[in-house]
Amino acid sequence: MQEKIGNPPVEKEFKWIGTRPVRPDGVDKVTGRARFGADLNMPGQLTAKVKRSPHPHARIKRIDVSKAAALKGVKAIVTRDDFLDQQSEFVPAGEMLINYRDVVRNVMAREKVLYEGHPVAAVAATSASVAKAALDLIEVEYEILPHVMDVVEAMKPGAPLLHEDMITAGVNPAPTTPSNVAKQVEFKLGDVAKGFAAADVVIERTFETKPVHQGYIEPHACLANVSEDGQADLWVTTQGHWVVRAHCAKLLGWDISKLRVTASEIGGGFGGKTVVYLEPVALALAKKSGRPVKMVMTREEVFRASGPTSGAVVRVKIGATKDGRITAADATLTYQAGAFQGSPVGPGAMCAFAPYDLENVSVLGYDVVTNRPKVAAYRAPGGPIAEYAVESVVDELAKSLGMCPIGLRLKNAAKEGTKAAYGPKFGPIGLIECLEAAKASDHWKAPLEKNQGRGIAAGFWFNIGGETTVSLALNEDGTLNLMAGTPDIGGLRASLCMMAAEELGVGIDDIRPIIADTASLGYNFLTGGSRSTFSSGMATVEAAREVVREACARAAKLWDLPADAVTFEDGQVKPAGDNAGQHEPMSLKDVARIAGKTGGPIVGLSKINAQGAAPSLGCHIADVEVDPETGRVWITRYTVIQDAGRAIHPAYVEGQYQGGAVQGIGWALNEEYIYGDDGRLQNPGFLDYRIPVASDVPMIDTIIVEVPNPRHPYGVRGIGETPIVPPMGAIANAVEGATGLRFTSLPMSPPRVLKALDTARAAGDKGLKV
Amino acid sequence: MKHHVSFTVNGDPTEVLCESEQTLLDVLRDELELTGTKEGCGTGDCGACSVMLDGRLVCSCLVLGAEMNGRAVETIEGMARHPVANGNAVDTDEMAHLHPLQRKFLEHAALQCGICTPGFLVAAKALLEKNPNPTETEVRYWLAGNLCRCTGYDKIIRAVMDAAAEMRGA
Amino acid sequence: MRYEAPETLDAAVALLAGAPGTARVMAGGTDLLVQLRTDMIRPDLVVDIKRIGEMRGVTSAADGGFLVGAAVTGAELKEHGKLKAAWPGVVEAANLIGSTQVQGRATMGGNLCNGSPAADSVPALIAAGAVAVVAGPGGRRELPVEDVMTGPRKLALAKGEIVIAFRLPARPAHSADAYLRFIPRTEMDIAVVGAGVSLTRDGGGRITAARVGLGAVAARPLLVKAAADAIIGTSLDAAALEKLAAAASAACQPIDDKRGTVEFRTKVAGVMARRAAAIAYERAGQR
Repeated sequence: MQEKIGNPPVEKEFKWIGTRPVRPDGVDKVTGRARFGADLNMPGQLTAKVKRSPHPHARIKRIDVSKAAALKGVKAIVTRDDFLDQQSEFVPAGEMLINYRDVVRNVMAREKVLYEGHPVAAVAATSASVAKAALDLIEVEYEILPHVMDVVEAMKPGAPLLHEDMITAGVNPAPTTPSNVAKQVEFKLGDVAKGFAAADVVIERTFETKPVHQGYIEPHACLANVSEDGQADLWVTTQGHWVVRAHCAKLLGWDISKLRVTASEIGGGFGGKTVVYLEPVALALAKKSGRPVKMVMTREEVFRASGPTSGAVVRVKIGATKDGRITAADATLTYQAGAFQGSPVGPGAMCAFAPYDLENVSVLGYDVVTNRPKVAAYRAPGGPIAEYAVESVVDELAKSLGMCPIGLRLKNAAKEGTKAAYGPKFGPIGLIECLEAAKASDHWKAPLEKNQGRGIAAGFWFNIGGETTVSLALNEDGTLNLMAGTPDIGGLRASLCMMAAEELGVGIDDIRPIIADTASLGYNFLTGGSRSTFSSGMATVEAAREVVREACARAAKLWDLPADAVTFEDGQVKPAGDNAGQHEPMSLKDVARIAGKTGGPIVGLSKINAQGAAPSLGCHIADVEVDPETGRVWITRYTVIQDAGRAIHPAYVEGQYQGGAVQGIGWALNEEYIYGDDGRLQNPGFLDYRIPVASDVPMIDTIIVEVPNPRHPYGVRGIGETPIVPPMGAIANAVEGATGLRFTSLPMSPPRVLKALDTARAAGDKGLKV
Repeated sequence: MKHHVSFTVNGDPTEVLCESEQTLLDVLRDELELTGTKEGCGTGDCGACSVMLDGRLVCSCLVLGAEMNGRAVETIEGMARHPVANGNAVDTDEMAHLHPLQRKFLEHAALQCGICTPGFLVAAKALLEKNPNPTETEVRYWLAGNLCRCTGYDKIIRAVMDAAAEMRGA
Repeated sequence: MRYEAPETLDAAVALLAGAPGTARVMAGGTDLLVQLRTDMIRPDLVVDIKRIGEMRGVTSAADGGFLVGAAVTGAELKEHGKLKAAWPGVVEAANLIGSTQVQGRATMGGNLCNGSPAADSVPALIAAGAVAVVAGPGGRRELPVEDVMTGPRKLALAKGEIVIAFRLPARPAHSADAYLRFIPRTEMDIAVVGAGVSLTRDGGGRITAARVGLGAVAARPLLVKAAADAIIGTSLDAAALEKLAAAASAACQPIDDKRGTVEFRTKVAGVMARRAAAIAYERAGQR
């Protein structure tokens, strides 16, 4: 079931916005024509493979590649010696920051290996089998060091140090001894002590979550080619090819102009394709060998060495008065960063309590390094972990106050004018509308059966804008070419064409959109932060309006009228005002025909730093059934309710809601990185890293709420990330409803659930419902 | 040791030389440049490399190229049917060349990134050939070996059900 | 690696028996290719047995039993109406191995000889009282399925020996089997626990014969006589089911691993055995 709620103010009926046309890149994707990262080959290309550390923590004493270099068919080998060291310098990657000093070490280990799977060398050879054989011939001498996997352990004095010189940032005065705590962040609003003193009920709980992987189905892949004069081309699956260009140029010490990066079709990213792994290595190998070099990760490498998101420990304390007004909220977030600093604890801390209008808030976050792969952004990075904990406590608070969980949330919901703990005042936002829609939904009212429970949880994500370029060229026959630079992960080209068509009064089939390479268009920040429909959409509208202005100017010239005497209506250029009706209106086709004679090609080009991104809030309702004998949790019904601002292409908005929800279902129930005591990952494959399969889930119902963002020409909010925020809380709350037990640790996998049930049975727990 | 293997791909006779270790997926992608069949895991867990082998749905990553002598493989590239000869008739509806499943996937927005789509289409076609009127549960279990991380499966299941209905003439 | 696909059993046996280095038999290849891919094994020779006719068919024996070729795929087993009717538990167990795609390739011979304690079809075959037919350089021999695997990745087969078929016995009236496994998802997982039950009841509903096989709870799939004894002579009342579950749990000697804990496997083995027995009992009553 899919519904749409809300009545955004509309100046006129839209022709395209809100409809569901077939996406322009669709046919290529259903016929196998679309080319993804691993689908391009070049004549003479080599295949490269990476030698990776078997140890979670060791000092590299010696690397000897001489035997591998002597193997027939081996054309180039790179190690740490082939990459310049980098100064500490933070740059944005999605909503997260990365440090070049760390990036170069993550791409190729230098002094130490810091996780199992850390690259130590790479070989380019004439075939994959030769490259693999060569890896076995590379000798690496390690001094094995003790490793630490858990954040609590890593924070203890005397824990093995990953970075011997790391001093915790964000603490005043700065500590004098190094530790594994990279950073401390803090957000405060009001006075929590006073707030808790005013509370009638205070609930405090500690939660634990495991690292989970983005699980995109397409492994990382790229193809690099470098000419003798240093001009280089890179074909890569990425969420941001300008960002890849910047990182590679920096790491290799090249001029940015030398490197042209083309984004392939991308087979899923969810934040995980915002950073570089293979790309600088492939370029270095291509330069060294003088041959094109192709690199494709195996699924095992994806799991062992590309970014999952943090596992974490989160303590949440919330107090409320008897009538359900929250008086204070306090949390401590401790997030795994993996081998290098930069967990999403910052955004986690910022959005922990963001769905609520609170006077007294305190959030403290720790970014802690451990001997695991460096985390990367994963859909609303940091948010789901913090909000799972918060939404669990809010639910418990509602129970202890005898309140409806929607009622409690409505009473405290953030709204226009709410000041968030992290600083800003919200503009128009739609949480209250979402909660009201949830309350009115059939789902919320449906009866439950034995062993079933229902939970609800809210979710928040900031969304971003950022640097964006779009061009829109009017062709000789009146059709158009649109170039955008934010890789299209889930229907962006369709949405951009719809906005352009709406502006220009043309059909969407009249516009051919492409994602341009870095040499063809100005800079674009990456697809992340739910920014692409918002930012590239805003730029597309601007570019379309420039085409309109230019079309009017050309007609004015032709008609010998002042520019302001010509107007654009219903896809036609017309004389306006006193001159109305003096000339036959011209369509864009007509204008295109006279473009050459009236001043040359007509191209709209928008170069913006998109401002005014607005958060998207929502709530999810989950029904579960628990098997009391095995602890297995089934999702029996699920509804996503979220504010989209305005849904340009509602089917792709629903798709984001549904996809995020199911990723969250996996996170809640079965997904986790499992390490042995040896610090080695035991489940680096889709067999034992259990993402939901089709038969695990029901249809995911959606309700699109539309509270337009006043700072976007069509009211768009980013919507891609919020959907993964509420599921863990909603499901934990539903499991509590079914069993009477509160699960404070994810995933709620069968062995954990059964153990909790059995423990409660043995203790004669009166609250146990199954 | 290389094997000289003769088989048909989407009905066309094909010959390749392949190493013993190469899988059918490697042969399709690397030797024949039929890159519509995708590799998501290489271990039979994701279904992105689904093809029909002698009329059976299989993961091409779990078949050796050397096994292929005398066999017939059908891939995503063979799913749309273009008429070889069309006389002077103007093709008014190019989309009609697509298989109903391909059209329904587009109409229902049953793909986001699209990497899993070829595998889903090949697998769904195999289902509908065997069972033209599957229940939602049957579709979900048949497709359980095809992982999709973008859609949450909802629109994929709807597209398959709708294609089945159209193909039944319902 | 050398790949051979002989068309006769003798040729296959000769290749395997004479091979220098390590040799592996390839049936459906759904485990073998994964092990090759992840460098778990690097055999010198792979012998593909799928072109050997006598391993690829299902034949009905004169006594009402079946001889099932070891290289028959799960999908083919499912399409064999008579076999499915007689041995629904065996066929459903074989059909739980992997996805639809894997079903197009995976075989019961491969499932057994891969040597995994968690192989789905093996507890069902053990419960069924199936016998493995083995061909080798010394001729043919037969041994109960429960005796084929001796431990993880260890088989009671000599060099050159191949499991070529499974002999399933004739079914007395009111007999049926069932197999259930526990996995965290609904599909695509390796069994955390598997339980196969085969039983015969008399006209009055009393169980006269039963066999119980358990998987993933010990170093190899187990035949659990005590579990069968718990229900023989009963009408599968609640007390009998509880005794069955307790006996199944008592037989477990599992390990903690990424798929489950000792505690979980032990408890759920009883649950699965109990549920499988109820299904088999119900089915037996309908025939």
